[in-house]
Amino acid sequence: MIPLSGRYIPKPGDVVVGTVTDVQTTFWLLDIGAPRWAPLHMTGTPWKIDVGETDRYLGVGDSVVVQVESLEATGRIGVTMNGEGLGKLEGGTIVRISPARIPRVVGRGGSMIQTITGQTGARVAIGQNGRIWVDGDAEAIRRVTEVLRMIEANGQRSGLTGRVESYLLATTPTGERGASGPIPPEDREPGPGDGADGAPDEPAWGGDSADPSSFGPADE
Amino acid sequence: MGSVGAKEVPVLLTPDGRRIDGRRLDELRALEIRAGPLKQADGSAFVEWGANKVMAAVYGPREVHPRHLQQNDRAVIQCKYNMAAFSVDERKRPGLDRRSQEISKVIGEALQSVVFTEEFPRTSIDVYIEVLQANAGTRCAGLVAASVALADAGIPMVDLLPAVAVGKVAGAIALDLKKEEDNFGEADLPMALVPQSGRLVLLQMEGHMTEEELGTALDLGVGGCRAIYEKMKAALRDRYSVAPIEEAAR
Amino acid sequence: MSDEVTADIQTTHILDLAASGKRVDGRGIDEYRPIAIDVGFVSTADGSALAHVGDTAVLCGIKLEPGKPFPDTPNAGVLTTNAELIPLSSPTFEPGPPQPGAIEVSRVVDRAIRAAETIDLTKLCVTPGEKTWVCYVDMHVLGHAGNLIDTALLAAVSALTHATVPAKRFAIADADYALDVQHLPIECTFVRLGDQIVVDPTFDEEQAAQGRLTVATDETGRVVAMQKGLVGAFSPEDVKATVRRAFVHGDRLRGFVRGGGP
Repeated sequence: MIPLSGRYIPKPGDVVVGTVTDVQTTFWLLDIGAPRWAPLHMTGTPWKIDVGETDRYLGVGDSVVVQVESLEATGRIGVTMNGEGLGKLEGGTIVRISPARIPRVVGRGGSMIQTITGQTGARVAIGQNGRIWVDGDAEAIRRVTEVLRMIEANGQRSGLTGRVESYLLATTPTGERGASGPIPPEDREPGPGDGADGAPDEPAWGGDSADPSSFGPADE
Repeated sequence: MGSVGAKEVPVLLTPDGRRIDGRRLDELRALEIRAGPLKQADGSAFVEWGANKVMAAVYGPREVHPRHLQQNDRAVIQCKYNMAAFSVDERKRPGLDRRSQEISKVIGEALQSVVFTEEFPRTSIDVYIEVLQANAGTRCAGLVAASVALADAGIPMVDLLPAVAVGKVAGAIALDLKKEEDNFGEADLPMALVPQSGRLVLLQMEGHMTEEELGTALDLGVGGCRAIYEKMKAALRDRYSVAPIEEAAR
Repeated sequence: MSDEVTADIQTTHILDLAASGKRVDGRGIDEYRPIAIDVGFVSTADGSALAHVGDTAVLCGIKLEPGKPFPDTPNAGVLTTNAELIPLSSPTFEPGPPQPGAIEVSRVVDRAIRAAETIDLTKLCVTPGEKTWVCYVDMHVLGHAGNLIDTALLAAVSALTHATVPAKRFAIADADYALDVQHLPIECTFVRLGDQIVVDPTFDEEQAAQGRLTVATDETGRVVAMQKGLVGAFSPEDVKATVRRAFVHGDRLRGFVRGGGP
């Protein structure tokens, strides 16, 4: 059986968005929507931390972008914050969708996420666990949230990118730069047979840091 | 609505083999299954089966509470079957009772025997079954709902678990008893089948029947389960096929 | 104990939006989510209604059974309300004895039904001091996406409005008859988000809220219950303004209870 919905089941290499649920002397526990809380050890951060000082860096309720490193037979999920594009999240908000829909949010070759960030000017970080960080002005966040809900409800349909573009064009605030700018070329939608796993190996980040144009506002 | 004063046994089987609602002995009640109606749950299903209405939700795999139930090598399945106070003619007092606890246990064990629990050590898969309207066969309806909800939650399983009760009514073996048949019948035999292996993972019996009748009942039940299995698969296909366009416009 | 944690940045975002009069789902400060009421959902009940406010869903079933009146009210029937926050409806609900949240929902809904004299309890009396109808109002939360109280009372009042007294079944009269409902209480719940007081909070807004205020009104212009909940405070002026808004919403929501929409 291929799961088409449900909880996030972690895979090594996945970049995920998590929220701190507990602080211990040498590690934090993160809710990443997986079956178990994932420990983030203090050595898995870019910070030099003394034992017992963990609470000065991250507290309960703080959110982070981390990468899944290891899955142990005991069910323990090892994560790290060392790596490009990983770190603590400041500002913005988190939108939750079904993890099975993440490939559609990314789109083939990153086309969907480029359309979204290009048309709204929002910054977006996509966690493979279905948690998506969105930052920008209030209207941009609202439009991105709306688009994500649209993708979640229509994940199996074809022609999704076109519909998302139409929505974004129709809701573009007047006078915004880039409203009449070039629209990213229409991607080739996965056929109906591709189902929800249209682009399983896309980078987790909406903007791969190697390609700044797909991360930040495209028209800056 | 049942009649409190009435004691006389209704005609359960006509000479030409029709039951109280016109069904034949090997006929199921109308069954509709909807996967994924609850947004807050990891998986859910709503089953309308005859006059039964049953909702099931699955949460997990997630951290185990209470902690001492945690198993180091597998997930635990915690199943809770509950009847709404207004689900039966005489109001049921809310809360735990022995019947519900027993049903929760046998359903949980049936599910445990098809879920690959070893894939999620030290976690809990919580299965909640709520009977909103009852008309005999609620444990089977609950198990069918729970099984579809588990699939909706993406939990790996050997197979779906169709279930049905067979009984003895006016001396005849009949499939899928409704309330009057259950109340006035001679035996009730709920069962759940793993279609792939052809084995039963839930089997109970109340009442009495002969060895020969039991053989007939088992065969009838297995056939019923196979028909229900097709409806369960169809419900999941519906959920994961193309969503209606109207939904997109909202 | 649940494994759900609300991210601080999400709470901050909700509060920031509210400061400029906006909400995450695009609603206005004084706007309800879509409401739908499905009457007669459960045929085993003497009256039932499934109420939806957005993704929050509460199913209420009414049961009437003969019983004994309380000694101090020999001429009155008995009304019992019970809310079950079953773990099926939210990752935050646990099995076991009723949690404080369930008890609060039950009691706030119960107070509105009683104070509004939704049903005339004296009409439930069969033989004074000996026999009366006991009216059970059981509410089952099926989906918790915020604002349980308003949804639960909508379900309860809708179920009562369409309930039948099963007099024939219990051999008390020759025929069943409709339960007499004399008033229609409606509860409106607001939460404080910074300086804004928004109606019909979602689950996330309740997590971010700095105080919750529920005001119940009826169609005769009476306030029939109030409840302040969560950590936070409201000034008397806040309360007065909220009561006014509750009357306006109450009139509209009563349309859903009577049937046929607002």
